[in-house]
Amino acid sequence: MKNEPKPQNSYRSGPDESGHFGLYGGRFVAETLMPLVLAVEEAYAKAKADPAFQTELDYYLKHYVGRPSPLYYAPRLTEKLGGAKIYMKRDELNHTGAHKINHCMGQILLAKRMGKTRIIAETGAGQHGVATATVAALFNLPCTVYMGELDIERQKPNVFRMKLLGAEVKPVTSGSRSLKDAMNEALRDWVSHVEDTFYIIGTVGGPHPYPMMVRDFQAVMGREVRSQIMEAEGRLPDSLVACVGGGSNAMGLFYEFLNEPSVKMVAVEAAGHGVNTGMHAAALAGGKAGVLHGMRSYFLQSEDGQIQEAHSISAGLDYPGVGPEHAWLHDTQRVEYAAATDDEAIAAFQMCSRLEGIIPALEPSHALAHVQKLAPTLPKDHLMVVNICGRGDKDIFTVAEKLGVTL
Amino acid sequence: MSHFSSEPFTSRLTTRFAALKAAKRCGLVTFVTAGDPDAATFAALLAGLPRAGADIIELGMPFSDPMADGPTIQAAGLRALNAGMTLAKILDLVHDFRAQDQATPLVLMGYFNPIYAYGAERFLKDAKAAGTDGLIVVDLPPEEDSELCLPALREGLNFIRLVTPTTDAKRLPTVLNNASGFLYYVSVTGITGNKQASAAPVREAIERLRQSTDLPIAVGFGITTPEQARALSSHADAVVVGSAIVNRIAAGLDANGKAKPELVNDVLNFVRTLALR
Repeated sequence: MKNEPKPQNSYRSGPDESGHFGLYGGRFVAETLMPLVLAVEEAYAKAKADPAFQTELDYYLKHYVGRPSPLYYAPRLTEKLGGAKIYMKRDELNHTGAHKINHCMGQILLAKRMGKTRIIAETGAGQHGVATATVAALFNLPCTVYMGELDIERQKPNVFRMKLLGAEVKPVTSGSRSLKDAMNEALRDWVSHVEDTFYIIGTVGGPHPYPMMVRDFQAVMGREVRSQIMEAEGRLPDSLVACVGGGSNAMGLFYEFLNEPSVKMVAVEAAGHGVNTGMHAAALAGGKAGVLHGMRSYFLQSEDGQIQEAHSISAGLDYPGVGPEHAWLHDTQRVEYAAATDDEAIAAFQMCSRLEGIIPALEPSHALAHVQKLAPTLPKDHLMVVNICGRGDKDIFTVAEKLGVTL
Repeated sequence: MSHFSSEPFTSRLTTRFAALKAAKRCGLVTFVTAGDPDAATFAALLAGLPRAGADIIELGMPFSDPMADGPTIQAAGLRALNAGMTLAKILDLVHDFRAQDQATPLVLMGYFNPIYAYGAERFLKDAKAAGTDGLIVVDLPPEEDSELCLPALREGLNFIRLVTPTTDAKRLPTVLNNASGFLYYVSVTGITGNKQASAAPVREAIERLRQSTDLPIAVGFGITTPEQARALSSHADAVVVGSAIVNRIAAGLDANGKAKPELVNDVLNFVRTLALR
């Protein structure tokens, strides 16, 4: 691992007052949305400073979500790879089956505080949509989820789940009919319903304060890992591995440890058919700085600044951009960004299922694919934590098709 | 509240609005997406707009992800992009138009990313040299002024602000600071072409704005018919019509998406019905 971080006073001080992480972040939204974005920022600052807000959030995280999630030592995977000692952060065991519920719970409690009466969200894999529909049901708020037509096709179980939970799922037929277009459509809805609607964004992206706010709500994962690994091993982990699409699960795991120089971090982008094929979703490996969805960050784009379609077998990673804090951590080299292909993820998906009895989602299967490459090169006393941020039930149809199995 | 009356330089926009005021007339701003449906058809359309009644022309710069636009403008952008339109080619269109028309102000409207990819400073120099008068960049609020607004003013280009129904009294000074050319009052809370503006609240909003600024005020986003344009013309300095014109362009396409021979004349005839002369 070749991390040589540039010196910083702190990697945990971002964003600045105007929402920038170095060059990245900001508030690139239409004027109609600006007052609302500023209101969210103000409301979140107040909530953050109010112990009652954290108490209420903690209550729901414990009794409804099922936190803390276990930190599980994976003995058979460790033995098979023959190197680093591998721990899994089991956020796939959360209610709704992924880490997305962490930031949905935080955001809906904020929406309630702001007196908003309607919830909207975008979703790719459907995990964020399901989590949003879940908390909307819990708090009895009407909910509309925008989802690309292509994703609706490949994530049917989650579409039905959202409907069972009472949400309206609106198919998005524009552009590449996947996650970025769902976000465009959600923003169009928001701009048309500013009075009553709260937009629950599903990643560490969008205009300030969303990247910071979603990170804060997800940071519970890293905090738990710190105390869990101290209890299990009496010391900090040596490395953390997580997949990155927008980057919410990676930020949630990493944030706690950013100022611990001994902790290496690797985020794994989706390389699709390969980062040199033009058919991938690796914004940091194959994109450049740009402005979309309210933020400056890295985006896959043409020379003329037209956003390009991303390609990944994992709907949750199928986004041509990445959260602005990741862009900054990439440029400062605090975090190493790697990539895993569709095929590598599918192989890791099967390996994890057979060795550990855990069917991971295709998203963390990208992280596992990198663990598979990395762990054998490391000594046995190297402590590695990989974020299993979602479970794979939703993906079995995609995987079956890829493997040529008829269900 | 402080009163804003900043005109950093005299532009074609200033001159045109002064002429409209002298003639006691409300101006017509026509929005068309540059390169829609193809470069040649568009160049003919653009050249005909001033005589058909356009006092100011807004040229949309197509973008893959137009978040503030409804289906009509989205489709127009897609047609233009599929026909090979780029920012560099848009500036060529402006240059050719300007060679024949020295008076009609041209405003480029779009999203920041294509400009960012082109290089902001280079874009401003090239846009100015081609004969552009102003810019409207939907996703650059005043909070991001250092990106393009301030460099544009230094380059002698107006950076036109959008004021919306959600811009309250507390926020208005922020929006008016560094505003120039004219103010674009967005008459509906939403995306382009989706809702119809109703005259009464728009009139009230304009009257309120007048207490804080001397800049001319154009109203747009929900104006689709000649009747609506006329209803607002007694209060606004100009009205903007976009989606309604773009719909006429879409109606002038054959089954293969190619421009029918009569497209340009049909669209210009529609613009004549809107003209407020």
